[in-house]
Amino acid sequence: MTNTLPVLESLVLAAVLFALGLICVLVRRNIVFMLMGLEIMLNAAGLAFIAAGARWGSADGQVMFIFILTLAAAEVSVGLALILQMFQRFKTVDVDVLRRMEG
Amino acid sequence: MLHLLWLVPLLPLLGFTTLVLLQRVLSRTATAIVGVGSVGLSCALALAIASNFLLAPPMGGAFTQTLWTWMQVGDFAPSISLRFDALSLVMMLVITVVGFFIHLYSAEFMAADRSYLRFFAYMNLFVASMLVLVLAGDLLFLFLGWEGVGLCSYLLIAFWHEDPHNCVCGRKAFIVTRIGDVGFLIALLLIFTELGSLDIHTLMQHASAQWPVGSPVAIATAVLLLAGALGKSAQVPLQTWLPEAMAGPTPVSALIHAATMVTAGMYLIARTHTLFELAPPVLLAVAIIGVLTLLISGFSALAQNDIKRILAYSTISQIGYMFLALGVGAWAAAIFHFLTHAFFKALLFLSAGVVIQALDEEHDIHRMGGLRTRLPAAFWSYLIGSASLAAVPLITAGFYSKDLIIASVWSSPLGGPWLWAGAVLGAFLTSVYIFRSVFIAFFGEPRTLVGQRPRARALIALTVLSIGALVIGFLEIPDIFGGGVHVLSEFLQQTLPRSAARPEPARVEWLLELVTVCISIAGIYLAYRLFLRRKPEAEALASTEDANLLRRFWGSGFGFDWVYYRVLVGPYEWFARVNRRDVLDVFYNTLAAISRMLYGMLRQTQTGNLRWYMGVLAAGGVVLVAIVVLT
Amino acid sequence: MMIVFYIAAVIAVAATVMTITLTHAVHALLYLIVSLLAVAVIFYTLGAPFAAALEAITYAGAIMVLFVFVVMMLNLGEAAVEQERRWLDRRMWGGPALLAAALLAELVYTFAFGIGPGGPSGGGVSPHAVGAALFGPYLLAVEIAGFLLLAGLVGAYHLGRRRTDAEE
Repeated sequence: MTNTLPVLESLVLAAVLFALGLICVLVRRNIVFMLMGLEIMLNAAGLAFIAAGARWGSADGQVMFIFILTLAAAEVSVGLALILQMFQRFKTVDVDVLRRMEG
Repeated sequence: MLHLLWLVPLLPLLGFTTLVLLQRVLSRTATAIVGVGSVGLSCALALAIASNFLLAPPMGGAFTQTLWTWMQVGDFAPSISLRFDALSLVMMLVITVVGFFIHLYSAEFMAADRSYLRFFAYMNLFVASMLVLVLAGDLLFLFLGWEGVGLCSYLLIAFWHEDPHNCVCGRKAFIVTRIGDVGFLIALLLIFTELGSLDIHTLMQHASAQWPVGSPVAIATAVLLLAGALGKSAQVPLQTWLPEAMAGPTPVSALIHAATMVTAGMYLIARTHTLFELAPPVLLAVAIIGVLTLLISGFSALAQNDIKRILAYSTISQIGYMFLALGVGAWAAAIFHFLTHAFFKALLFLSAGVVIQALDEEHDIHRMGGLRTRLPAAFWSYLIGSASLAAVPLITAGFYSKDLIIASVWSSPLGGPWLWAGAVLGAFLTSVYIFRSVFIAFFGEPRTLVGQRPRARALIALTVLSIGALVIGFLEIPDIFGGGVHVLSEFLQQTLPRSAARPEPARVEWLLELVTVCISIAGIYLAYRLFLRRKPEAEALASTEDANLLRRFWGSGFGFDWVYYRVLVGPYEWFARVNRRDVLDVFYNTLAAISRMLYGMLRQTQTGNLRWYMGVLAAGGVVLVAIVVLT
Repeated sequence: MMIVFYIAAVIAVAATVMTITLTHAVHALLYLIVSLLAVAVIFYTLGAPFAAALEAITYAGAIMVLFVFVVMMLNLGEAAVEQERRWLDRRMWGGPALLAAALLAELVYTFAFGIGPGGPSGGGVSPHAVGAALFGPYLLAVEIAGFLLLAGLVGAYHLGRRRTDAEE
C-alpha cells in the first residue's frame, strides 16, 4: 500500500457532492427530495471528515463521521414523520403550500 | 388622655375608609351614622382632650407625640408627629365641633341626594386631613394635610359633576390654590436646605438662632409661605377661586369654604410666626394684602345677587381681617376672629342652605323675599349670623373679635391710621352688604313658594351655631367694658407672642370703640334706607349709566378673572393651539417612520417559502466562506 | 488503489446527479443508494474500513429503507411523477446551480491551496482506535448522541401517529 492517500481528491469529491445536494434542496419542491438532498449534504460532510482524519492518521475524523451518522438517523426519522404528518393534513408534498408563516 | 390625640384625626379617616370599603353594603341610615358618628366621636374625644389639657397643662405648654418616622433618606427624616399646643387646640376644637354640627345638618340636607355615601366619605376625609393639618408637628406632615384638604375641596366643589360647570369651578379652585402651593413646597425645600429640619418646633428655634431679622433668606422663606397661605385662604391676588367654589353643596361651603379650610393660610402664618417676625417687610405685606382683600371683596359682595356668592365674598373679606391682624402682630386677635367667624359664617351658610332648599335651588336674593314669617328658623339664624358678621355691638361674637382687630391695628406699631381706616371702611361695607341680603331676602313681599322646611337635625345644628355666634365673643372683652376678659389671648400666649400693641389712654380707646359701634350701626341703617325703604332718589341714582358700570365692575370681583384670562389663560391657550401638532413630535414621528420603513423592507424577506429561506441560507454560507477564503 | 478511487468517485457523482434530476422517487432513492455505496468504497480507499461498513449498513441500509417505506406509504404514483416533471422547470436550475458552483469553487480553491500534499499514513485508522477514541475522550458526546437518538425516537413516534378525528 502506497503512502499517498487520495485526500485532496476526496475533499474535492466531498465538495462536489455537497454542491449537488444543495442544488437538490434548492430546486426541488417535493419535500421528500429536499430531505434526500439534505442526506447527500450530510454524507458529503462525513466524507470530508473521513478524508481529513485519514490525512492526519487520526481517529477523530471517523468519530465525527459516526456522530454525523447518528445525527442523520435522528433527523431522517423525525423528518420523515413530519412528512407523513404534512401529507395527512395537506394531501400534498409541495413545500410551497406551507406558507402560513409569510410575514 | 393626651396620648389618645392620634385618635382624633384617625376616627374620621376610619369613617372614610369604612364608607369607601362598605359602600355596596351600607344603607342610607348606616351611612349617616358612620359619616356623622365618626366626626361626633372625634369631637367628643377632642373636647375631652382639650379639657384635660386645660386642667393639667403639659410641660412647656405643648405636647408632642411622635408616631413614627415617615421616611429616612440621609439627613431627611420627616416624622409623622403631632404637636398639641394652645393654637392647635383652638383649631382642633373649631374643626371638630363646627364640623360635627355641619355633618349633622348635612345628614338631613343631603338626604335626597343620589350620592349620599360619596358625600359623607369626602367630608370625613376632609375632616381627617384638616385635623392632620392643624395637629401636625412636622411641616411635611402638615403639607400632607394641606394637600388633602385641597383634594377634598376639589372633590366636593365638583360634587355634582353631572353639570360640567361645577367641574370647571372645581378645577379652577384646585389650580388657583395649586399656584400658592408651589410656593409653599419651595419654602419647604428652602427651609430644609437652610435649617436642616422640617420639625416645626426645631426649625423655629434654628431660624431665630441663625437668621438675623430682615435677612434675605428669612424674607424669601416668608414670602413663599405667604404665597401658599394666599392661595389657600383666597386672598388677593389668588382670591378668584372662592366665589366659584360655591358650586358645591351648601354644607361644603359652610365647612370647607367658610369655617375651616380657607383659614388654613391664616393658621400657617400663625404657626410659623417666628419666620414672619424675622421678615418685617413680609409682615407688612400681609397686613396690606389683608386690607386690600377685605375692601375689594367688600365692594364685590355689595353687587352680588347670588346669596352664596355674597357669603363667599364676605368670607374672603373676613379672612382679610385675619390677615390684617396677623400682619400687625395681633396673633391672638386673628385666632379669635377665626373662632367667631367659624361659628357665624357656618351659621350663615347653613341658614342660606335651608332657604335655598326651601325655594327649590333658588340662589338669587331678588327672587326671595318675605321669608321672615315663612321660614322663621332660617330667618332668625341668618339674622344672628348677619348681626355677628356686621359686628352689632355688645351682644354678638363678631363685635368683640372685629373690635379687637380694629383696635390692635390702631395701636400696634406695625399698624397705623391708614390700615385702621381701611379696616373701618371694610366694617362699614360688611354691615351694608350683609343687611342688604337680609332686607331683600327676608323682608318685603313674598315672591316664591316655600317648599321643604328644616327638620330636627338641621334645627339642632342651627341652634347650637346660633348660640355660638352670640356667646363665643365673651371669651375676650375689652377692658373698658368693666374689667375686661382675656381668656383666649392669655391662653394663646403659651404659643403665640403677646400683641405688640401699646396701651392707649382710655379717652382714645373710648373713641375707637365709639367709631366701631357707630360704623356698624350706620351700615345697617344705610342698608335699611337703600334696600328696604327704597327711596326713589336712590333708585334713580342706582340706575344711571355710571352706577351700572360700577355694579358690573364690583359684581365681577374687580375684574380679576378677566385680567387673568387675558394675561395668563388666553396666551396659554393660544400657544397650545399653535403648537397643537407638537414640534417635538416631529423627531419621534420620524423615528417611527424610519422603523416602519425598515420593517416594510424586512417584511419582504419573510415569504414563508421554505426554499427561499434555504437559498438565502446558502447564499449566506457562500459569502461567509468567501470572507474566510479571501482574507 | 487510485483507480478504484476514481471509478468510485465518478460513480458517486453520476449517481448523485441522477438522484437530483430524476422525477420518480423510488428511482431517485435507488440512485442515492448507489451513490452512498460508492462513497463507502471511497472510505475504504481512504483507509477507513469501519466507516465504510457503517456507511453501507446504516446509511445505505437502514436510513434508505426508511425513505423507501415513507415513499411507499405516500403512494405518489404516476400523477406525482408528472407533477414532479412539471415542477422541474429548466428555468429553476439557474440560480441554485450558480450558488452551488460558487460554493464549490470556493471549497476547491481552499483545498487546493490550503492544505499540503497527503501525509504519510500507515494503512489508515483501525476500528480499534476509533472505538478507543469514542469511549475515551468522546464519551460525553456519545452520551449526548444517545439523547439525540432517544429524542428522535420519541419525536418520530409522536409525529408519526395517525391522528384520529377525536384527537383533532
